[in-house]
Amino acid sequence: MTPVNSKKTPFTFESVEPESGLRAALGMSRADIIGEVGACNLRGRGGAGFPTGTKWNLAAAAKVKAGGTKYVVCNADEGEPGTFKDRVILSDHADMVFEGMTIGARAIGATVGILYLRSEYVYLRPHLEQVLERRRAGNLLGQDIGGLAGFSFDIHLHMGAGAYVCGEETALIESLEGHRGEPRNRPPFPVDTGFEGQPTVVNNVETFAWVVCVLSRGAHWFKSIGTEKSTGYKLFSVSGDCREPGVYEFPLGITVGELLEKVGGQGAKAVQIGGASGHCVPASEFGRRIAFEDLSTGGSIIVLGPGRDMLAVARNFMEFFVEESCGQCTPCRAGNAKLLGGVEMLQRGECSMNYLQELLALCETMQLASKCGLGQSSPNAFVSIVKHFKDEIMGRTLAH
Amino acid sequence: MLVGQQQRLQDDIRALVERFGRKRSALIPVLQELQNAHTTISDFAMQVVADELSIHPAEVYGVTSFYAFLRQESRGRFVFRLCGTISCELSGKSRVARQLENDLGIRFGETTADGRFGLEWASCLGMCDQGPALLVNDRVYTGVTPEHVHAIIDECKSTFGAHAREAVHS
Ligand SMILES: Cc1cc2nc3c(=O)[nH]c(=O)nc-3n(C[C@H](O)[C@H](O)[C@H](O)COP(=O)(O)O)c2cc1C
Ligand code: SF4
Ligand code: FES
Repeated sequence: MTPVNSKKTPFTFESVEPESGLRAALGMSRADIIGEVGACNLRGRGGAGFPTGTKWNLAAAAKVKAGGTKYVVCNADEGEPGTFKDRVILSDHADMVFEGMTIGARAIGATVGILYLRSEYVYLRPHLEQVLERRRAGNLLGQDIGGLAGFSFDIHLHMGAGAYVCGEETALIESLEGHRGEPRNRPPFPVDTGFEGQPTVVNNVETFAWVVCVLSRGAHWFKSIGTEKSTGYKLFSVSGDCREPGVYEFPLGITVGELLEKVGGQGAKAVQIGGASGHCVPASEFGRRIAFEDLSTGGSIIVLGPGRDMLAVARNFMEFFVEESCGQCTPCRAGNAKLLGGVEMLQRGECSMNYLQELLALCETMQLASKCGLGQSSPNAFVSIVKHFKDEIMGRTLAH
Repeated sequence: MLVGQQQRLQDDIRALVERFGRKRSALIPVLQELQNAHTTISDFAMQVVADELSIHPAEVYGVTSFYAFLRQESRGRFVFRLCGTISCELSGKSRVARQLENDLGIRFGETTADGRFGLEWASCLGMCDQGPALLVNDRVYTGVTPEHVHAIIDECKSTFGAHAREAVHS
């Protein structure tokens, strides 16, 4: 009943000397820090895979509006179903995350950092506060950090309040400002108009930790791992039907089949990659690579064993989206409810092929016309399950 | 509500606004702390918060109703939130759900008559490798089986007396 440690492989984070990344950064110009982060080709670990160096460059170039400051925000909302690696990083490597945020602050010229922590993780708060306090005492936060005159930066925590959509960066900013977590139109982007209208970098927990490793070991080291378009290691949160669920560090580019072997998930019927908003990959495609250019994921890997009912899986995902849609735009609000209804019809064996085609057309509309990533990606699981498991889901009888 | 209670609530809210600042971004932290202390955010409380932060009460209502962890109706001293999401479904959350209903004597979305326990579904709690996962106030339980449910409830009951204030969170 008590949680156990989820770590299943060593993490690179354990072998990087504490504060070596920050020390290196303090000896570099801002442009050189950003240059290094850009050169290693690090892409955001939160799911969308935006190049971190490019993001930081934009924020560095953006102008602060009257009397304000720039912000560095760490996205610790980790709400994607099947994802829990940020929880492990915050438990075991919080210093490294704050170190990465501090490097980010130096790079873009920010003075305030905020870690937005999902309320489900409130039990991590005392630990994180303690780490922050220790960093202040050690001159790793505060005034003239690390002896660098004029470099001031501090970090505070801000608790979420139970909304998956607040992981979307503009909704997160709305939430920070005390509003409903409703995503904004983009542009303007947060790097230009973020928290309190000021230039703001929002990065995932894991992204900040990798920045530290890159500054410590050099861009060439990071680039030597993974594939050309997806450099470096990635943490994977593995759950579902396998012998050893937990958090694993693997190079990007690993195939689904290789991963299944490492986690004891051989013989799986399908693997859901990228959580509820990701894709369902059938056994025939286990040779595909987990990388931004093929199967992209913020780290969620859910193994579905031989006996699993794919409609039950689809239904759980659709229930999740109906619950978590912010309701701001129609394609998402109405679309997800309609897809859930469709899954229920399929379960009852009452869905005609014509109606199924209609639902798939609706999915396309949702992908194109929804305002944010939630609605744009919520049909993915349904579409891929229909595509790969038509045989299983059509013409059901109630006995199923 | 009695005048004395109203006064206490008002004082609490003023203290929280002092602490978090008289600005819009203080709204959610204020509401969270208020709920920790009073288990719910009442209409009266929303009105006072709105006055203190100089915003319209409808704004406070809009925010309170948006977030799953903010609520106007009390869910009791101990809020049980069972993860209903996929990995916990695969690891058997349905049977745990049934047993929670049996042992608490309420359905999901309800609160026990004595105001001690509330039961809700939650979305993924980030414990997917150790499901089924259950959050009770700030405390997370993993690998929960139908058999465990009774012991978890007992644990709450034993912290209820002297430490009740301390145990009220989230
Ligand atoms: C519905 C939705 C939920 C999201 N949830 C998260 C999350 O929990 N954590 C996260 O880091 N990014 C999340 N993102 C992605 C963020 O919008 C953003 O791209 C990310 O925080 C940027 O950081 P990165 O570039 O370091 O990945 C979410 C996006 C969407 C559309
Ligand atoms: S797509 Fe969904 S979650 Fe995103 S803004 Fe529209 S309704 Fe809200
Ligand atoms: S699916 Fe239940 S904790 Fe993630």
